Amino acid sequence: MSIDLALALSSAKPAGKRPYFMDPAVERVLNILMATVQELAVTRERLDTIERLLEMKGVVARSEIETFEPTRDQAAERGLWIQEYLNRVLRTVQQEAEALQASDDLASEEVAAEVSRA
Amino acid sequence: MNGSPDLKNAGPAQTYSGPPDYRVVGRHGIFPETSHDEIARLNFLAHMNRHLSTRVMPAVKTVWERRAGPAFEAREGRAPKDRHDVRKALMTDPYYQAWSALRRATMEQRQQAGRWIALRQAETLAARVEALTALGDRLELDPALPIPRYISAVDHHCMPGSYHTEVFPGDVSGAANYDCGIFATTGGALGRFSDGGGHAVVRWVSRNLPDFKPRRILDIGANLGQNVLPIAEAFPDAEVIALDVGAPMLRYGAARARSMGVDNVRFVQGDGSDLSRWADGHFDWVQTTMTLHELSLTSMKAIFAETYRVLAPGGIVLHVEQPQYAADMALFEQAMRDWDAFYNNEPFWSTMHELDIDGFMIEAGFARPSLIHDGVTAVVDKDVFPDAADDDGEDYGRKAAWHVIGARK
Repeated sequence: MSIDLALALSSAKPAGKRPYFMDPAVERVLNILMATVQELAVTRERLDTIERLLEMKGVVARSEIETFEPTRDQAAERGLWIQEYLNRVLRTVQQEAEALQASDDLASEEVAAEVSRA
Repeated sequence: MNGSPDLKNAGPAQTYSGPPDYRVVGRHGIFPETSHDEIARLNFLAHMNRHLSTRVMPAVKTVWERRAGPAFEAREGRAPKDRHDVRKALMTDPYYQAWSALRRATMEQRQQAGRWIALRQAETLAARVEALTALGDRLELDPALPIPRYISAVDHHCMPGSYHTEVFPGDVSGAANYDCGIFATTGGALGRFSDGGGHAVVRWVSRNLPDFKPRRILDIGANLGQNVLPIAEAFPDAEVIALDVGAPMLRYGAARARSMGVDNVRFVQGDGSDLSRWADGHFDWVQTTMTLHELSLTSMKAIFAETYRVLAPGGIVLHVEQPQYAADMALFEQAMRDWDAFYNNEPFWSTMHELDIDGFMIEAGFARPSLIHDGVTAVVDKDVFPDAADDDGEDYGRKAAWHVIGARK
């Protein structure tokens, strides 16, 4: 099946040793980030297509989108969503901050020895 | 983003300067189907390439002049002796590293985007190619042909599988990937059918050799034939051979030509360094377009010698390439042009561009007074596509502005 070929091979490595221009761990994150940036542009273009089609069919005028004002309840729902979203995205920073406060944090490896004692 | 000409005087299109929307791409009969999001992905990549070359790259020169260059001189106590000194010094600079990492990432993303499109419909594409090429003599493959080391060692421009491999017998996904993605790499600068180079050659010949009426034409390293089709169309009475080592490219190319109604091109699998199947003086015109830099020194010399042999007296050979690293080209520019050689898998690029091509042509038999040197830019539909002739910017090896090096026998 072609879709299986695409899943297996579309991201294949080209023959030839890859040059790294910075710390490979940093460049790995950059590469993942740029692929994500690309997908955001793809989503933005798709959303633009939808808005234009809705406008052409007389469902929603794009000016209505620009001037849309949420009610208090809608604004609260949206605000909550942004808070939830930031919590999720910045999880690692929150955990780093919590670690600063924890004085008796043990590594699981240390506890492993403790709980395995006879 | 809409590149259709009828919007040129409406709103943002009037002042817009940038790649046209991918949807203006020429869809011949074997062109892969593309979904909305697949197109959006290629649109992003066309813009990403343009952004890198116009917004990010210019400061690399500043970095060289103010930071990496002075640091090199302070460390070594001398000026850089060649472009390799410059490139290696730049490699230690964080801005060059960032630009390079983004440029490499963009190339890998372009390959991924094109491969996804081609592979997800690989079986359909193969069947369509088979249907278009099963009959007739427009395709001649040689499964026993050895694939040269300069093709198999590393995959050119990070294109997995290069020109010669197939995922299953009859697969053309590598060629379809190449075809549907060039637009993203060049920002549309090669025109609807990515054939701006071929049209440039036709224009050059019609202006400089108006009486030239070739009967037999050979294109070496023809790839999927995108640059030889304009030549074949300009000389419909000529019999044209599109020669390449990669069978998938040739299969796709033959089907593409058939669907575009061009029937005077025969796609032949073969190596340009051995043209022994053709007699001395068989061809009136031998062409290579962006081929020399993907060869090896040995094969280039052999191709020059064979070219001289198979050309008829009065015949011409034209090689279209990026400009040579002449003595008056700044070491910084040479180093920037070398980027693709070392970081985008174009291993002969660097050496090829410093060679005395004239000397090799003369060694092959051509007389010095018969040598041809000129410059050309891609010929595209200027209403829709960016015209390299109007572009003052520099993309160090990727701009659609080339040199013609040739000779008349």
